Amino acid sequence: MDTFFKTPDMDWYKKRLVLAVYIAVAAFLCLFLRLYYLQVIQGHEYKRLSENNCIRLQRITPSRGLVFDRYGDLMVDNRPSFDLYITLKDTPDAAFTVKRLAQCVKAPEQDLMARIADAKKTPSYKPILLIQDMDRDTVARIEVHQYELPGVTISVQPVREYLYPKSAAHILGYLGEINVDELNSGNYEGSLNGDYIGKFGVEKSYEKKLRGEFGGRQVEVNAFGQVIRVIQTVEAKPGENIYLTLDGNLQRHTEALFEDKTGSAVALDPNTGEILAMVSIPSFDPNLFVGGISHENWRILNSDPDRPLRNKAIQAEYPPASTYKIITSMAGLEEGVVDKNSDIFCVGRYYFGNREYRDWKKEGHGHVNILTALSKSCDVYFYQLGIKLGVDRLARYAKACGFGEVTGVELEHESRGLIPTSSWKEKYRGARWQAGETLSIAIGQGYNLATPIQVAVMMAGIANGGVKYKPLILKKVESHEGELTFNASAIKTGTFPMSRKTLDIVSQGLFQVVNIPGGTAYSSRIEGIHMSGKTGTAQVVGRVTKNGEDRKIEARHLKSHGWFTAFAPSEDPKIAVAVIVEHGESGSGAAAPIAREMIKKYLSEREGQ
Amino acid sequence: MIDRRLIQNFNWGLLSLTVLLSCAGICTLYSAVTAGPPSSESSLYIKQLVSYGIGVFLMIGCFLFNYKLLERWSFAIYLVCILLLVYVLFFGKVAGGSRRWINLGFFSFQPSELAKIIAVIYLAAYYSKRVNTNGLTLLELLHPFMILAVPFILIVNQPDLGTGLLILTISGTLTVFAKIEKRALWYLGGAGALFPPILWFFLKEYQKQRILTFLNPERDPLGAGYHIIQSKIAIGSGMIYGKGFLKGTQNALAFLPEQQTDFIFSVLSEEWGLIGSASILILFVLLIIMGLNIANNCREPFGVLLATGITAIFFWEVLINAGMVMGLLPVVGVPLPFISYGGSSIICKMMGIGLLLNVSMRRFIIVK
Repeated sequence: MDTFFKTPDMDWYKKRLVLAVYIAVAAFLCLFLRLYYLQVIQGHEYKRLSENNCIRLQRITPSRGLVFDRYGDLMVDNRPSFDLYITLKDTPDAAFTVKRLAQCVKAPEQDLMARIADAKKTPSYKPILLIQDMDRDTVARIEVHQYELPGVTISVQPVREYLYPKSAAHILGYLGEINVDELNSGNYEGSLNGDYIGKFGVEKSYEKKLRGEFGGRQVEVNAFGQVIRVIQTVEAKPGENIYLTLDGNLQRHTEALFEDKTGSAVALDPNTGEILAMVSIPSFDPNLFVGGISHENWRILNSDPDRPLRNKAIQAEYPPASTYKIITSMAGLEEGVVDKNSDIFCVGRYYFGNREYRDWKKEGHGHVNILTALSKSCDVYFYQLGIKLGVDRLARYAKACGFGEVTGVELEHESRGLIPTSSWKEKYRGARWQAGETLSIAIGQGYNLATPIQVAVMMAGIANGGVKYKPLILKKVESHEGELTFNASAIKTGTFPMSRKTLDIVSQGLFQVVNIPGGTAYSSRIEGIHMSGKTGTAQVVGRVTKNGEDRKIEARHLKSHGWFTAFAPSEDPKIAVAVIVEHGESGSGAAAPIAREMIKKYLSEREGQ
Repeated sequence: MIDRRLIQNFNWGLLSLTVLLSCAGICTLYSAVTAGPPSSESSLYIKQLVSYGIGVFLMIGCFLFNYKLLERWSFAIYLVCILLLVYVLFFGKVAGGSRRWINLGFFSFQPSELAKIIAVIYLAAYYSKRVNTNGLTLLELLHPFMILAVPFILIVNQPDLGTGLLILTISGTLTVFAKIEKRALWYLGGAGALFPPILWFFLKEYQKQRILTFLNPERDPLGAGYHIIQSKIAIGSGMIYGKGFLKGTQNALAFLPEQQTDFIFSVLSEEWGLIGSASILILFVLLIIMGLNIANNCREPFGVLLATGITAIFFWEVLINAGMVMGLLPVVGVPLPFISYGGSSIICKMMGIGLLLNVSMRRFIIVK
């Protein structure tokens, strides 16, 4: 046993416990002194402060960042909104005040009282919003009668102004009132009920950058609720300004080209993946959402069968149709199933199993090789190629070129499209893959679905020699003071599985589509500029009826969609586009002229710079 | 099993003090939640009464058995506590951004409240075998250090840094009471002095800002600073006699944040003035002196340490809570025992009282 070890007796504990009592009493003495100081020495001052509950907190809303196009042209601005508030605690007789107020603002008294009744749960010292976005005359009338309206205050809040109504609405998006889930998500620090946050488009994607940080001030108010002293202020931090990759002129020009047609168009810089234009028609006016959209407007937008609130460029899925033949060609050449010289004789139909598969051209294309098959869009050639490749090999190439997956563009609700495989069918349709189905797949019909942006990404890849880029919408971000805080650079997401040789053959085919008589888009060629492209006609219903007769389609909503995807100049591509005109009947007739004008506009603009 | 001496030695004084504090608590809570417009919170005082009901049963449960059993079973009790904390971390109920509660359907229980008592039980059991006049060596302190690290890390991850630090403070108090060897004290003191500056060096700017704001709420005039100003106005405006029961304006107009939990002392001070708030503090001082007196009358080390540790829980919670609402200490979420709303806190405080009664009534039976 250690000789130093001594088990303490009870006196030892007693000494320590007495010390503990002293320490505890001393600590509590500090609390008593503090109480005495607060309640007796400072008591009168605190009593005075408590009488009007006059120390209040006012929030300072940061000004939201602006949105510019790639050349610095302003697209979304802020303007002041004059909002009318009433603070019940500062109004001796609310009913009387509201009566006077109703005369000033020329609004029914009941409406104002209803607003107050709605807010009966808010503490009486908190202002209740009565009217949003008053016009200047009303503001002036209230200011004149200010002293007859105790507790009534006007607050100026910045609200959004979309300078080109309806243009790029799906990209810019809109703001809406924060909901309970968003408030509880923890992503919107400092936000309160009633705040507006980005709900769609860039306004939502870059909410954090655009919003800034809330500030506030502690103020002392008098018995009428007027601020008599600012105690302390924490300035709000304004949001950052963002520059999109969009070319505003090209965007608006493209929108105009659609006239009364519906559909979508995407233009990319093939060398960086920057989105130069992204159009979805019909569009809507985001200004309708400022200060809360009315029920009527919301109902109209939501019940429109053409879905104006949907960004078709990334959300709508269509059969890629003949634009998909680019993938089938690439797969055929790479897999060695065909070469440049293999040719077939097309009689306008093809028999497989015990079914007849039609070419779009009834009388047939005669002798076709891969170049003429692309330029004339011969279905029979690709039926045979598809059979030889099989669905799964074809799907591998499609996926490597970005189909069946989101492109990753920083806008919400992007669709993935669909590239079927035999295992997909077994899993989701519970049936085995039928060889005949591969024929439709090879020409981009059947289960195949793609979004316009996926088609544009594929075309950009062909244009730049086989690099898949993530489509960029954000070009740069600057702080409020003009300091650069983010500068986008190209993000490579993959490489197309094709050799130089394959690329040359496919490119040559696409060149011939536009520039050789007989090419499906020959009528859309551009004087002085070489454009390469591919048309497509996506069927909404089958070409033939059940009885084997040609179907005559009259109803608009059953007419085929017209695709055209292209890049230019062919020698040194600067722009890649994908255009779909819904129910436009054919790619060459409806979509190619729009693509042509987009390219002309963009290239001539670049020359001017 | 029922010994006549047990009844003779029952500490009626401590029980009366508890009843007084509980009544004051219910009255203050009633005022805090019913003043102002009716809301979902208005009936909280009824829930509080139910908690007190459960608390009374558990308090009785805590003095019926011989407290020496706790010494033997301390490690098992500790393990149960750790299991509860782990369970909370994965399946706990989230509220206000942290995962602290076990949902029992009619009631949510907060195991970190229980962890305060269990830490005291474990340390009392451990130290009672090692206490000596020279003090505990560094090697002997390593064991409790590691034992405490587990619940601390679990609680901080909820996240609830306040409760985590409070457990360390209570444990530290008990350790210092049990005496630390001089050399060990030097080492610990040295490490304690060196650690913060080194940590500071590694912190990111925003973390530094947060700590500075924590230490000085005035730096955050829109958040904690504003709450403290409103709390000081509430307390100060009560002056000597108070505004009267249910007449507090700061409270009624919802100027006080969390007026039913952390800031309930402000409500009390506003309505009852210096006379009321000082009386409550005096009751707490009496409670602490009684707790230490129970330790003093106990004849064996485990009982002494257990009573001292439980008293330390009351001491720190009152000191930190009252200090915070008066603007003397940083803003941390520590409840005021018996007064703040919160079932787990009430139940655990009643259990603490039960254990004190237990040690007190068996003082003549257990002789080492």
